[in-house]
Amino acid sequence: MADASIGLWTVPLAVLGGAIRVSTPFLFVSLGECITERSGRINLGLEGTLVMGAMSAYGISYLSGSPWLGVLAAGITGALFGALHAGICSLPRVNDIAVGIALMLLGTGLAFFLGKPLIEPTAARLPAIDFGWWSDVPQVRAALRINVLFLIGVAIAPLLYWAFKTTRWGLLIRTAGESADAARAMGHSVLLIRLRATMVGGFLAGIGGSFLSLFYPGSWNEGLSSGQGITAVALVIFARWDPMLCLWASLAFGGAAALGPALQSVGVTSGYHLFNASPYILTLAIMIITCSPKRTLTGAPAELSITR
Amino acid sequence: MDFGRISRRHLLQGSAALAVGSALGVRGAAAAETTIGFIYVGSRDDYGYNQAHAQGAAAVKKLPGVKVVEEEKVPETDAVEKTIESMINLDGATLLFPTSFGYYNPHVLKMASKFPKMSFEHCGGLWSDKDPKNAGSYFGYIDEAQFISGIVAGYSTKSGKLGFVAAKPIPQVLRNINAFTLGARLANPKATTQVIFTGDWSMPVKEAEATNSLIDQGIDVLTCHVDGPKTMVENAARRGAFVCGYHVNQSPLAPKAYLTGAEWNWEALYPKFVKMITSGQPIPNFYRGGLKEEIVKVSPYGEVVSAEARKHADDVKAKFMAGDFTIFKGPIADNKGNTVIAAGTDRGQQDPELEKMNYLVEGVIGATA
Repeated sequence: MADASIGLWTVPLAVLGGAIRVSTPFLFVSLGECITERSGRINLGLEGTLVMGAMSAYGISYLSGSPWLGVLAAGITGALFGALHAGICSLPRVNDIAVGIALMLLGTGLAFFLGKPLIEPTAARLPAIDFGWWSDVPQVRAALRINVLFLIGVAIAPLLYWAFKTTRWGLLIRTAGESADAARAMGHSVLLIRLRATMVGGFLAGIGGSFLSLFYPGSWNEGLSSGQGITAVALVIFARWDPMLCLWASLAFGGAAALGPALQSVGVTSGYHLFNASPYILTLAIMIITCSPKRTLTGAPAELSITR
Repeated sequence: MDFGRISRRHLLQGSAALAVGSALGVRGAAAAETTIGFIYVGSRDDYGYNQAHAQGAAAVKKLPGVKVVEEEKVPETDAVEKTIESMINLDGATLLFPTSFGYYNPHVLKMASKFPKMSFEHCGGLWSDKDPKNAGSYFGYIDEAQFISGIVAGYSTKSGKLGFVAAKPIPQVLRNINAFTLGARLANPKATTQVIFTGDWSMPVKEAEATNSLIDQGIDVLTCHVDGPKTMVENAARRGAFVCGYHVNQSPLAPKAYLTGAEWNWEALYPKFVKMITSGQPIPNFYRGGLKEEIVKVSPYGEVVSAEARKHADDVKAKFMAGDFTIFKGPIADNKGNTVIAAGTDRGQQDPELEKMNYLVEGVIGATA
């Protein structure tokens, strides 16, 4: 490569790279929300959990020097937020969506407040694994510098699919989500199942946040999430509560986010606002194509307050 | 709490106590010293636009007999009017610096008419004769510093390709992109600047994607005009590209990759304003200036900047300081081939035409819409 330029190839490469780089928070939040919603609760507060996770991961990584400790701290923070949501929701006549919105505001507000002194310092970042060693094109190598969290997220999706289908606890979560009465008749506490499901969901969302602050874009600031958590919650509905579809949807959203800047960089300059909106247009299009007035959403857990 | 149980007598007593308390508060503060309020649209330590203003506020704090009150993350809505009212009524502020562009019209103008005895100094606004006399607007010709950055970038690039991560195609941003490109082409006539607009002032993921896409195109020196350059600076440095900073000095973030940068110098200007007010002199309603007036400055050069680049940049800087250099000097063509400034026309910094800029000059790859 004489001038180190790859011309129009930038676009597919950027979409691929973007799918890998940008998708990870979507993936973790949507998988977490998938578990929570399958147990019959909606936790809209994951946007707050994501931002809290990003802030605590950055703080712990900065103070301890170990980014992995930061990831763990983000997960624990997320689980605590999940426990808070589930705890409040177990009180009688509490609406889970309203609690979620409250926790979303609490999480972002608390993260901005506690994260104030963290904007300036630079924390230790998560390492990347170089999967592009076979290529001598620097752009390919850059696109294939992949973070372990992405790989973990990709591995969790089929694992979760399998677990929902064949394991005992997968069945319990689904029972609690499809019919609380049936779970109670079997002698299980629905509230306890939902508490655990919401905590695991929060744990994953917190880890998604740690990816934002510790890998890509890789620093803490207040605009970091810009609504990715809430997009990921919507993505679960769009993925029909199926972990594998969550994976594909997250990748599509990540790639779509890279499309706008990549097209501008090769000289397609008209309508960049439209390309920047492409993830949302994609959602609307798929929602319209797959909806039907004749039935409720396929795969929707029957206990969810939106379907009940 | 059951509000029904509060009796009317208690309510009256309570509000009387509040009223007396706030009245005393105002008098106490006004008697002791001059109180100055600073209002920021974002976070005070964002390594960017707001931090630059906060550094100015910090310089004011050091002056004797001055008390500074600050509020950050105030949106460009009615919220800023409430902040101004509370700064005046509760803190006793007599001079206010609402620092974000969108505060000016209508919020600052409305407040200036409501509080005719207070002074308002707004950053970036275009004060005109119709506006209240106690309101003023100031701004810096930061494109002069961008021009110097461009010269350094032009010498430092190996591919001849420069990148610019920009927020929105508004005149101030376009002027920076154009000045940066004209400076680069002074050093390297074949240099081009590829621009990517992210669509808003603070979009970290988009800024990171734009940075990566630009570097994938073979671009090896990047700069930006967004509120927080931290994302661009860190991501570009990680990929081995050089950067020119914006708003404040970002070299602590990437000491090896940082070439130079265009910085605000509010810490020089704000104390000047405060001294004018305390000594009873009026501040000009329309205040503008560049390197010469010490409203903007250039970051110290990074280690990698060559001696040749330093010399050329310092020469041009000296001309700016002497006041005899014009950036937008005809003939200048836009990147579609139209002449935008005819040969023989000099558009000096004060030229209002420049504040309406809607084109990208030859050498910029990108479009304004």
